Amino acid sequence: MSTATSTPPPKKLNIIQLDMSSYRGSKSTLCAGCGHNAITERVTEAFWEMGVEPWQVMKFSGIGCSAKTPAYFLSSSHGINAVHGRAPTVATGAIVANRTLPSIVVTGDGDTASIGIGHFVHMLRRNLPLVYIIENNGVYGLTKGQFSATADVGSTLKTGTPNDLQPIDCCLLGIELGATFVARSFSGDKRQLSAILKAALAHKGLAVIDVISPCVTFNDHVGSTRSYAYMKDHEEPLHELDFIPGYEDISVEFDEGSTTEVRLHDGSRLRLKKLDRDYDPRDRMLAVRTINEAAQTGEVVTGVLYIQTEAPTLVDRLNMTDEPLSTLPEARVRPSREALAQIMDDFR
Amino acid sequence: MADYAVLVDSDAPSAPDRPNSVVNDFSIQVGTVNGSGSQTANTVLMRSIFQMGIPVSGKNLFPSNIAGLPTWFTIRVSKDGYIGRRRDNEFLVAMNAETAVEDVKKLMPGAAVVYDEPLKLNAIRDDLHFYPVPFDKLVAPVCPEARLRKLVRNMIYDGVVAWLLDIDLEEMRKALVKQFGARKAKAADLNWGAVLAGHRFAAENLTKTDPYKVQRMDRTSGKIIIDGNTAAALGCVFAGVTVLTWYPITPSSSLAEALIGYLGRLRTDKETGKATYAVVQAEDELAAVGMVIGASWAGARAMTCTSGPGISLMSEFVGFGYYAEIPAVIFDVQRVGPSTGLPTRTMQGDMLKNALLSHGDCRHPVLFPSSPEECFSMAMDAFNLAERFHTPVFVNSDLDLGMNNWMADPFEYPAEPIDRGKVLDAEDLKRLGGFARYKDVDGDGVGWRTLPGTDHPAGSYFTRGSGHNENAKYTERDDDYVRNMDRLAAKFESIRHAVPKPERSDGPPGSIGILCCGTSRYASQESQAQLAADFGVETGYLRVRAFPFGDDVVDFVDRHERIYVIDQNRDAQLFTLVKMDLDPERIAKLRSVRYYSGLPIDARSITDDIARQEGL
Repeated sequence: MSTATSTPPPKKLNIIQLDMSSYRGSKSTLCAGCGHNAITERVTEAFWEMGVEPWQVMKFSGIGCSAKTPAYFLSSSHGINAVHGRAPTVATGAIVANRTLPSIVVTGDGDTASIGIGHFVHMLRRNLPLVYIIENNGVYGLTKGQFSATADVGSTLKTGTPNDLQPIDCCLLGIELGATFVARSFSGDKRQLSAILKAALAHKGLAVIDVISPCVTFNDHVGSTRSYAYMKDHEEPLHELDFIPGYEDISVEFDEGSTTEVRLHDGSRLRLKKLDRDYDPRDRMLAVRTINEAAQTGEVVTGVLYIQTEAPTLVDRLNMTDEPLSTLPEARVRPSREALAQIMDDFR
Repeated sequence: MADYAVLVDSDAPSAPDRPNSVVNDFSIQVGTVNGSGSQTANTVLMRSIFQMGIPVSGKNLFPSNIAGLPTWFTIRVSKDGYIGRRRDNEFLVAMNAETAVEDVKKLMPGAAVVYDEPLKLNAIRDDLHFYPVPFDKLVAPVCPEARLRKLVRNMIYDGVVAWLLDIDLEEMRKALVKQFGARKAKAADLNWGAVLAGHRFAAENLTKTDPYKVQRMDRTSGKIIIDGNTAAALGCVFAGVTVLTWYPITPSSSLAEALIGYLGRLRTDKETGKATYAVVQAEDELAAVGMVIGASWAGARAMTCTSGPGISLMSEFVGFGYYAEIPAVIFDVQRVGPSTGLPTRTMQGDMLKNALLSHGDCRHPVLFPSSPEECFSMAMDAFNLAERFHTPVFVNSDLDLGMNNWMADPFEYPAEPIDRGKVLDAEDLKRLGGFARYKDVDGDGVGWRTLPGTDHPAGSYFTRGSGHNENAKYTERDDDYVRNMDRLAAKFESIRHAVPKPERSDGPPGSIGILCCGTSRYASQESQAQLAADFGVETGYLRVRAFPFGDDVVDFVDRHERIYVIDQNRDAQLFTLVKMDLDPERIAKLRSVRYYSGLPIDARSITDDIARQEGL
């Protein structure tokens, strides 16, 4: 038996001197190969790369396979697995209670496009400052494979039954109703999803990210438009994304003819390098047209579809004090004895 | 405004005293059309009597409509201080052509009727005192602007009634000035002109034949007039509410609106101009309570207010709050449910529902305010209980209390500091190294919690519904579940000892008892007096102020022969709740009195029912 101790290689640290293990959560209990697990990995990396203090983050989810995932990243942050479709409401309350904390909601297409669609659209209107991920697989996994409201017309269940109802496109809703950062990606597109997540964390406002995330058990067969194979054939990235965090003081030359740069609230920069077409994600009408055109041909356009960096958020509109409401001392929340006496006089 | 004093000293003689005068003990009902501005006239009339030192109460019976449907306002004048609704009215002001005939037919013989002359109501009956008033003729000269006449016209009956009942005109002037405020002096002038026109008309043209009149007393000095919703809103402000979420619904909207007004006035930081609160108008009640759950979880003192239909939507979330142990304060201004018809009528309709709301095993504390004073103080109780016990708490007001004007004592400034419950901060965590969210370390069933944003890596936990162990880790183990449910039951026992105690006065040995809650208080106490006066029956009285009930209820049942439980609903909901806490022998002593017309319960209905059941 050897008594020699070997020194492990030094762990890679982020800007606040934490290694990746501080950002991990408990072990996933989802199916092997589930797209959600890849998204969890990207979320974990994004928080680490951005140097966010994990214990300062709030995580929210509804019900479904996606709702389990906040337990699988950032185990030292506060999380709440609420009720089906209502994560936006819980997040709204928590964010107004403490405006200083970065927040992330992970939902599924059942949560967002069906039972909770009312909350989703009103969250959009409010431009609630958080990162809102939709793990979109077109089916209800936990209840064994019924169609969700995002399933494409003609896409089939495992039984061969085709969907004949128009799908709800959460990105279109987002652009239409007030989200200020709208992206679509694919759980298998590591590089793109990673850049989108980091940009979403840097964005001030509501970032809606619809991630096509195949369900390996109930919706990964031939005939499904949410399978790995379908996405491999039909994903059409709008641009190549590069995210340069605010803390990196680097300036790399870029060709303004082929690349658009968007400066984000925290000083970070998002660079979108042109691929096959001209696409400016600040053009709302273009975004809507592009998504609609893609839907006609069965293509899935991915990338940052729309971004608006100036709109006020719900927190801005409420004109709240800078400190969190949650911990204001009694002296600041209970008016004086004289104030009550004065009011009583009004009613005499 | 300066020449009011001169105008008041008009030479109009006051109505002569009748033999057998009925002084300070009758009800006035005013029948109008909603949207006609009658509320101002009615409030001024009520305040004038109040300012003469005579106990009054006002009840507005209004339709679910913006304008054009019948509405009635009832002012009860009671020298003995009874302020519950009375079944009969002695004095009618009939301004609504549509209901006037029926209103007149309902009156007891000997009642007085002031009416719009063209309605010719005097042709219907010959056993009433009729006073015709040509309102349109009187309003034209005092209100040159035709479009305002509909509103000003109502002030004329104030003047007529003032003359008939001998109301001090100077008090009416003060009430009117208070109603309009200094900024609407011109409107006040216009309306005061109408009051005087009515008064002068009555003095010059009417002959008083009815016995009803008011006479100055000293039973209201120092008191205020306020509605329960405004009182509750003030209670929330002084309880330190930081987040209000709401969805408009009658009869709770005015609570939220009053609260928004006071928050703006009292809780805007003077230096920065920034708010120490947030208000979010939600997309539905489900969202409203979800936001409260989220805000409370993150550490805010958060509340919502709603009524029965909203509570139904909140059901799932409230159960989640119970299981995940998240504070929430929910004001329920109860009304008749569901859908269209009687949403503007009162009911104790959510008694059972709120106590047991949601699926699985759920029990929630419910407070029962009966007065504006209690709407104010119980707001504090509700927040303190919710944060101390990490659980949703209901405050069951009702439309009668919330939307009507009540006499009240001025509210006392809270004597106790705000109780934020068991919260560990970063310093505590440095000392302790960690914590177990759902572990009963103090023997009261309540664990310690941390708030998001606690600056310590060991400060977090993951919040879930039914499946968690003491360390807030996911579990589906049966023993973990049972242990947690038993602790929640133990916690509820701690709550039982912490909620507001009942109001109680026992009857003599062998007597029967009356048990009630909330606004049934007034009719119940008046019924006690009626039972004593009419039948010589002495009664005990217990008003529960909160669920879960304590030992007092058991003891009260033991000390009385039979207990009449008063409910303002058909299905005896309070009765059923009380039954849940008693053994079969005690249950056998319970009797039920139920009233469910949509109107506030009246004493005579209770007295008649108890007399029937007792065979008196």
